[in-house]
Amino acid sequence: MTIAKTGEAGLLKSGSIFRRQIFIPIAALLALVLFNLITDPSFFEINYSLNSAGDPVLSGYLITILDNASELAILAIGMTLVTAASGGQDISVGAAIAISGSVVLRVLCGDNPRPEEMQASILTAFLVSCVVSMLFGAFNGTLVAYFNIQPMIATLILYTAGRSIAAWINNNRLPIISDPSFGYFGSFLPGIPIPTPIFIAIICMIIIALVLKFTTLGLYTQAVGINPHSAKLNGINPAFIKFITYVIMGLCVAVAGFIKVTRFSTINYSVVALDIEMDAILAVALGGNALSGGKFSMASSILGAYVIQFLTTTLFKFNVSSSALPAYKAVVVIILVVLSAPTVREKLGKVWKSIQHARTGKEAA
Amino acid sequence: MKIGVDKKTRRLAPMSDTNLLLTITIVVFFVMYIAAMLFIGRGFLRVQTFFNILNENAALIILSCGMSIVMIAGGIDISVGKLTALICMSAAVNLDYHGGSVMSTVLLSLAIGLAFGIVQGALVAFLDIQPFIVTLAGMFFAKGMTTIVNSTQFNVQNEAFVALKNTRIYIPFLGSVNRRGVFVPAYVEIGVVVAIVTVIVLFFILRWTKLGRSFYAVGGNPQSANMLGINVRKTRFLSHLLCGLLAGIGGFVYFLHVGSGAPSHATGAEMNAIASSIIGGTMLTGGVGNIIGTFFGVLSLSTIKNIVSLLGLDDAWWTNITVAAMICIFLVVQSVVLLRKNKNS
Amino acid sequence: MPCCVSGKRKVIGMQKDSVLEMRGIYKTFYSVKALQNVDFTLREGEIHALMGENGAGKSTLIKVLTGVYSKDAGQVFLKGHEGPISIRSPEEAQKAGISTVYQEITLCPNLTVAENMYIGRSKGILTNWHKMNAAADKILESLGIPAKAEQQLGSCSIAVQQMVAIARAVDMECKVLILDEPTSSLDESEVAKLFRLMLDLKARGVGIIFVTHFLDQVYEVCDRITVLRDGQLVGEYAIENLPRVELVSKMLGKDLDDLSEIKSGDEEANIGSEIVYEADELSSVAARFPFHFSIHKGEVNGFTGLLGSGRSECVRAIFGADKVTGGKVRIDGKDIHIKKPRDAMKHGIGYLPEDRKRDGIVGDLSVRDNIILALQVMEGFFGPISKAKAEKFADEYIKLLEIKTASTDTPIKSLSGGNQQKVILARWLLTNPQYLILDEPTRGIDIGTKIEIQKLVLKLAGEGKSVTFISSEIDEMLRTCSRLIVMRDGKEVGELSGSDLTQSKVMSTIAGGAR
Repeated sequence: MTIAKTGEAGLLKSGSIFRRQIFIPIAALLALVLFNLITDPSFFEINYSLNSAGDPVLSGYLITILDNASELAILAIGMTLVTAASGGQDISVGAAIAISGSVVLRVLCGDNPRPEEMQASILTAFLVSCVVSMLFGAFNGTLVAYFNIQPMIATLILYTAGRSIAAWINNNRLPIISDPSFGYFGSFLPGIPIPTPIFIAIICMIIIALVLKFTTLGLYTQAVGINPHSAKLNGINPAFIKFITYVIMGLCVAVAGFIKVTRFSTINYSVVALDIEMDAILAVALGGNALSGGKFSMASSILGAYVIQFLTTTLFKFNVSSSALPAYKAVVVIILVVLSAPTVREKLGKVWKSIQHARTGKEAA
Repeated sequence: MKIGVDKKTRRLAPMSDTNLLLTITIVVFFVMYIAAMLFIGRGFLRVQTFFNILNENAALIILSCGMSIVMIAGGIDISVGKLTALICMSAAVNLDYHGGSVMSTVLLSLAIGLAFGIVQGALVAFLDIQPFIVTLAGMFFAKGMTTIVNSTQFNVQNEAFVALKNTRIYIPFLGSVNRRGVFVPAYVEIGVVVAIVTVIVLFFILRWTKLGRSFYAVGGNPQSANMLGINVRKTRFLSHLLCGLLAGIGGFVYFLHVGSGAPSHATGAEMNAIASSIIGGTMLTGGVGNIIGTFFGVLSLSTIKNIVSLLGLDDAWWTNITVAAMICIFLVVQSVVLLRKNKNS
Repeated sequence: MPCCVSGKRKVIGMQKDSVLEMRGIYKTFYSVKALQNVDFTLREGEIHALMGENGAGKSTLIKVLTGVYSKDAGQVFLKGHEGPISIRSPEEAQKAGISTVYQEITLCPNLTVAENMYIGRSKGILTNWHKMNAAADKILESLGIPAKAEQQLGSCSIAVQQMVAIARAVDMECKVLILDEPTSSLDESEVAKLFRLMLDLKARGVGIIFVTHFLDQVYEVCDRITVLRDGQLVGEYAIENLPRVELVSKMLGKDLDDLSEIKSGDEEANIGSEIVYEADELSSVAARFPFHFSIHKGEVNGFTGLLGSGRSECVRAIFGADKVTGGKVRIDGKDIHIKKPRDAMKHGIGYLPEDRKRDGIVGDLSVRDNIILALQVMEGFFGPISKAKAEKFADEYIKLLEIKTASTDTPIKSLSGGNQQKVILARWLLTNPQYLILDEPTRGIDIGTKIEIQKLVLKLAGEGKSVTFISSEIDEMLRTCSRLIVMRDGKEVGELSGSDLTQSKVMSTIAGGAR
């Protein structure tokens, strides 16, 4: 029955490459690459030059994509875990990024919004924002895990209040950091031609890979997401696992928020990371993960984040205005989602099979 | 033990989840409003304040009704806010740039809403794509299309429309005496009438029609509903279609209230609609909810906003934080009440 | 084709007295042949048992008939219809006069009892609540179902919900009524009520298809039996021509002496003197158990009692599945506290839950992950079992318990019920518990697997493990347990062992002084 099959990632067993979960984002990525190759191969050029400070930098669309997708990829990590364990999504990440960015600036600036020098070390500011973000993650997690509120609804609270809280933290002023070393994290470290956010994203990916390998987080979140009753009777504490995924989400938010503020050395509470939660959820879905929770593939989600950025950058290149961009993005997303829908894939699979049948039939004849 | 409980239920059937949550919502609204009248006084003592809440939120009431229906059927539609903006912009352009009539504008609004409902419903119901993702794409599409239709804000000058916009329906015998001792009757805008008719019609549909009960069945347990002989796909499709249509109506009512087109219109309306539904006792898990509750949900939400601004905490952040706190309290109360109730049975 | 035993010839079109005929039905899932050339005939006014092991294709056949699955090939004839009919959805099946009551509750818990009885089949667009509630109350009362029409279904007990489903089917004026294991969650008085109802319907000319694992029930009410095995038809028999032993052997495809030889009778000798587990005045949020309970090394004991007697709640409290609120627990003579399942696992207790689908399996996860789950939890958060090791464990237990699965990577939900149960058993055996609690391990499982599980229980006891065994089939308990604790209303009303372990004695203890 097709109804029961809705979004069953587990159904797509390994074996045929078409059935593998990671096929969806890879196919989408290849399609975009192919499209750009045909329309304008210069898309893939990478230039090497010196920037205004005299440091060597790489530039080009590919670098832009990798650079700009960093926050999204990091958020996709947390969003995947949250989705898997709680069967819902955290829609407060954009607002939470505003909070974490605001905290970083508040710690660095103190009471003076235009400080000559920073009031604390960048590391301190980052750690404080990590703690604050994890506390807000814990708030979401408590509502979801211990009060049994659906994730989207529970995180609606922080979504509504987050940007206001961010503004309140800095008394609604817009602090600016003039120290260039702060900007290193959002652009380039002196002497290194690759944008720093790429490194930060890679570090996050390595960490989550290690966590998934050396702990049972992956198995636990999936078990809790699929059947919390059974998980409980096997000694897992479902509420705690759900809770912890939201705390991890908070940590991801802190890192993403840190990158965001270092890119501009300032913050605009109402605009920073606007709608990024939608992109992060999209990344999880494009990765072929069921938004209803359960089985997940972390690699697919992260790849999904890069697909989204690739798409955005491609559209920008074609001079689509930033305000009209969502319309085009929506069309592409719908095409991708329709093609990866289980019912459609089943039908396509049948067509593919019959083609192969016909071919082998011919060969035999 | 089980047998004992059965005996108890024979005597008094416990309230259904839907009715329990509805009761909480209505009680909370009245307590809040009366408390505001007693302790804040000022505006809350004037009848018009209450009707202004209705005037301001007529569109939101309609949007929230649509949202409740999809949520009862187990889905979600986060495109309605941006869809409202798209409808406003299209309607404004139709009236002022293309010389359209008011009637054609109404039809255009409904058509846009219906088109979104049909496409989203088809994708959700017949291709089994998660409603969140479908309507997320719908939201992006509407957002982009709004600026493609016209990227700047402008006020509509069409006379027939402006006349309609400024029409006030006076309520007989209700009103207040102003400082000069003149009786000022209370009034509502046309949108409020539309909203109230919508609420009544939808309440009727959900309570007494086969389709309405199917929404509850499908939202409660789609597999069971299928086994019980309900066409689950059709029901899901219709829930999104209805939501789209209501977004069309709501979009026009919004347009009628603001009288302009702008990309920034109705920002966050989808979240307000969801919040209102939740406060009104609709559950995102599906199968539980009530249109009357949603109506009171919208009223509660805007009353709390009014209270905050009348308290002098006028900074924008206070409103948001209070609203968030209110949603939080409601959610916690609901979850505690339902948990306790289910434990008892 | 091994068919047509009762001397019936195949004819085109329908025979006069039959209400339903299915011919040459084929159905394949993901390259598994679920049904191959199956024929089935249902006559007017008969109760027809559909028998077979798990995975024999009974459920599939029924779901094909009710339009939940589409058949790959074959024809279905229904009385009153010219030529073969096609049923594409449960809705169409209902309209054609085929009603079904499934083993799992397939009603909507958020709607009222009355709505659940009438939704999806009322004519017209509007719902007349007053009329509907009145009609529903009338039916509920005539069937003696303890529920009110306007009550929310979710607030009824499972048994009542099941009976509401039957009431719905009864009221549909159907020609064909399918009962897919309706009795597995009913207690004896409820089963008796159901049988009265079935005989009543039969007298009215309704053809009833009855799927069950309880042989007693088959011989009590059925007229005919159709046996399936591995998706193929074994044959159709009149009940008087098919003795019980023969039926079992037909279902299993082999002669069965195992049934009688299973209990060797001298396992009592293996029971050690030391007490493994002991509890006093145990209580949980679900219930209180004001008695003393203990189990020895190498002992198999059982909890018995009617549905709702507290037997399941009691073992759940032992394992900490429900929050424990009080009582003294000693393991190996030491005082300990078990508050949650993790504590019980640490002390070497394993628990196979009553509701396999809800509490046992983790549906989307692979067979391998399901097998290692409990051991993994015991190894702790920072000690993941390597894939190679997990594969080794899984292979070992798949072989040991003869679990039928395509691979260790197959999601457990695609296995048949019996094999799912074996996977859950494997999960607990892998943790090497000293005390294993099995709550209804044989429910909804074919006879072959049932016997395998019973043997396994005795073997475990032989190895010095203690086992608590709960089953609603008393003869099964008599075969495996050396001591029975009889419960009623959350109290211990008797403890039987040795020569007291007879069916009649157990029954009279359960019934108590009331009769």
